[in-house]
Amino acid sequence: MNATSHVVTYPRFLWQAVTRAFEGRPLFYAWMTFLTAVALVGANAWAHQLAQGMQLTAMTDHVSWGLYIANFTFGVGLAAGAVMMVIPAYLYDDHEMHDVVLVGELLAVAAIVVCILFIVVDMGRPDRFWHIIPGIGRFNWPISMLTWDVLVLNGYLVLNLHICGYLLYMKFLDRKPDKRWYIPFVFLSIFWAISIHSVTAFLYGGLGGRPFWNSALLAPRFIATAFITGPAFVILLLQLVRRFTSFHVGDGPIRTLTSVMRVTVLLNLFMLGSELFTALYTGGAHSTAVKYLFFGSHGQNALVPWIWTAVAFNLTSALLLHLPATRRSLGLLDLACLLSIVGVWIEKGMGLIIPGFVPSTLHEIVEYVPTMTEWKITAGIWAGGFLVLTIALKIALPVLTGEASLANEKRGEG
Amino acid sequence: MSDQPDPKRRVSLQILGATLGASAFAYAMEPLRAWSKDLTMEQFLQKHYKEMSKDELAKVLQRVERDTKESYGATVTVKDPKPLPGVEFGYALNLSVCIGCRKCAEACHVENNHDRRTNNSYIRVLEMDQGTFDLERGTAQYAHAVPAPGKYYLPVQCHQCDNAPCVKVCPVQATWKESDGIVVVDYDWCIGCRYCEAACPYHARRFNWTKPEIPAEQITTEQGYLSNRIRPQGVVEKCTFCLHRTREGRQPACLEACPTGARVFGNLLDPASEIRWVLENKRVYVLKEELGTRPRFFYFFDE
Repeated sequence: MNATSHVVTYPRFLWQAVTRAFEGRPLFYAWMTFLTAVALVGANAWAHQLAQGMQLTAMTDHVSWGLYIANFTFGVGLAAGAVMMVIPAYLYDDHEMHDVVLVGELLAVAAIVVCILFIVVDMGRPDRFWHIIPGIGRFNWPISMLTWDVLVLNGYLVLNLHICGYLLYMKFLDRKPDKRWYIPFVFLSIFWAISIHSVTAFLYGGLGGRPFWNSALLAPRFIATAFITGPAFVILLLQLVRRFTSFHVGDGPIRTLTSVMRVTVLLNLFMLGSELFTALYTGGAHSTAVKYLFFGSHGQNALVPWIWTAVAFNLTSALLLHLPATRRSLGLLDLACLLSIVGVWIEKGMGLIIPGFVPSTLHEIVEYVPTMTEWKITAGIWAGGFLVLTIALKIALPVLTGEASLANEKRGEG
Repeated sequence: MSDQPDPKRRVSLQILGATLGASAFAYAMEPLRAWSKDLTMEQFLQKHYKEMSKDELAKVLQRVERDTKESYGATVTVKDPKPLPGVEFGYALNLSVCIGCRKCAEACHVENNHDRRTNNSYIRVLEMDQGTFDLERGTAQYAHAVPAPGKYYLPVQCHQCDNAPCVKVCPVQATWKESDGIVVVDYDWCIGCRYCEAACPYHARRFNWTKPEIPAEQITTEQGYLSNRIRPQGVVEKCTFCLHRTREGRQPACLEACPTGARVFGNLLDPASEIRWVLENKRVYVLKEELGTRPRFFYFFDE
């Protein structure tokens, strides 16, 4: 392959990508317009937050992280969870999974974008972003866990962009991909996926002053919940792909992902139970956050409805996943997926970040209930994530089906 | 795509959509104009405190003075006193005589140019039940005559830990321990992620949730670059043992304000200092010793 050919064909590939991102049926335009509108509401709220300061959030010096970091944590799990498609596809030679694995990798890309946005809106001085760029700023590596997070998240983003971009480009050219250019990266991405969520857990777990987080079980719990939400989200996504595109999705991947979830939902409940036992049976200062979370403390109970909703949803989804009826009904499976996504979103969001701060390090109880600004920004970022995911699929799927290819493009011109 | 009837009409609709989208975006981001007004390229490119040359630092100090004049209408002097050789500061507080009057917190509020609306201070005083060290049974929200019967008082401020969790976690080295043991923040380098606030076991750090508001006549005009100068919005700040005073041989503002003489401040390396006498002769304890933070702030009792 000579260099000039890529100079010509790669821009054509990009041009195809751009045009396809803006082409579609009325339903596509309606969906994109809706997402853009929500994203703009979020952007506007963020602009206000920057101008007037983070007093527009409900965060305080007592509860200094809130909804943004909660969603960030959940987002990292979603990104890591997508690897549950990569493992069967590449390690166990599951061919049906292999056909759809790119959907998972694109989901990881969109989820990482969401995570990075949540970090940006949580920063008091995003204008100083360059201070954290290695080599230009003063990167406190390897001591600060946050610098590890910057490395692993951006690394994971680049890895997945490379894998997806390379495979799609080769398919576009109708050329067999060179294994040396993607197989090593795929295997690296499997380890990397585990690392992003472990590092995120260490971010909290390494703080001795916050007994609620200071647990060795945090990273395993994060991984288990990631392998609930990742598969759950992909199961729903694959059905949407099947419904709205001509891309073929077999039943095999959905079955495999359901099997994964059957294990991880129980594993998660077991680990949650272990944490609760250790905290409540021991008692004392280390159990106060758990007591506040589940039962309220000194008459303050802002988190109680949240956590019991999560518990109810997680238990119900675990039950549904093990019902024989769910094996025959996609409707029940979808319900189980939805419940577990919301359940985990609460459990490792509001149910994990906030109790780390309540009671505070001086054992004061200051509650936190997110403001409208925080909800708007949060909705805006998720809308942005769905925009990225929709566009990515809009570009990738026609390439995978062969509808968008260099040959077709030339034929069209002729 | 093949099922579309009129490609021309389609393109014009797309252009219309893109235009509407772009103007909506511009409208959504409008509030940023007010925010960016305060930002200059000079500030954007300003180096980390430790990387600045003497001349560069002198210029920055002048810039801060100028900005304070512009924003707050006050004429202030911003200096940068360096740590003294052979000095490591320590602070001890006598729990037997503290009466919980919170004069120290008030003095801190004034000395360190804290936001007036939030009544911020680096010191939080807990009212504790006699007979327990359990922080859970203490409260910072008390509004009655002090000292109340059956109570004792525990003022908490930055412990200037030797093994400071806040310093470890900062992703951009915006906070560090100086050679005299004081943990400082470069307010012009902090990115406002608040990881340090999560890491601190003593609730010692504060974040500027908004631009501090102080009337010009109430501003403490003798200021330190790393200590009590008025902090920008969106960055973290903390107690610095009043380094702009203590590095010039004076006492911290909280000590001067204390009516009962509960506070003892001095050089841990000087065997003749009062703080050394206290540490060697009194029953001394530090808060949350089990966390291994090695505080330079000590509590002690009279016999």
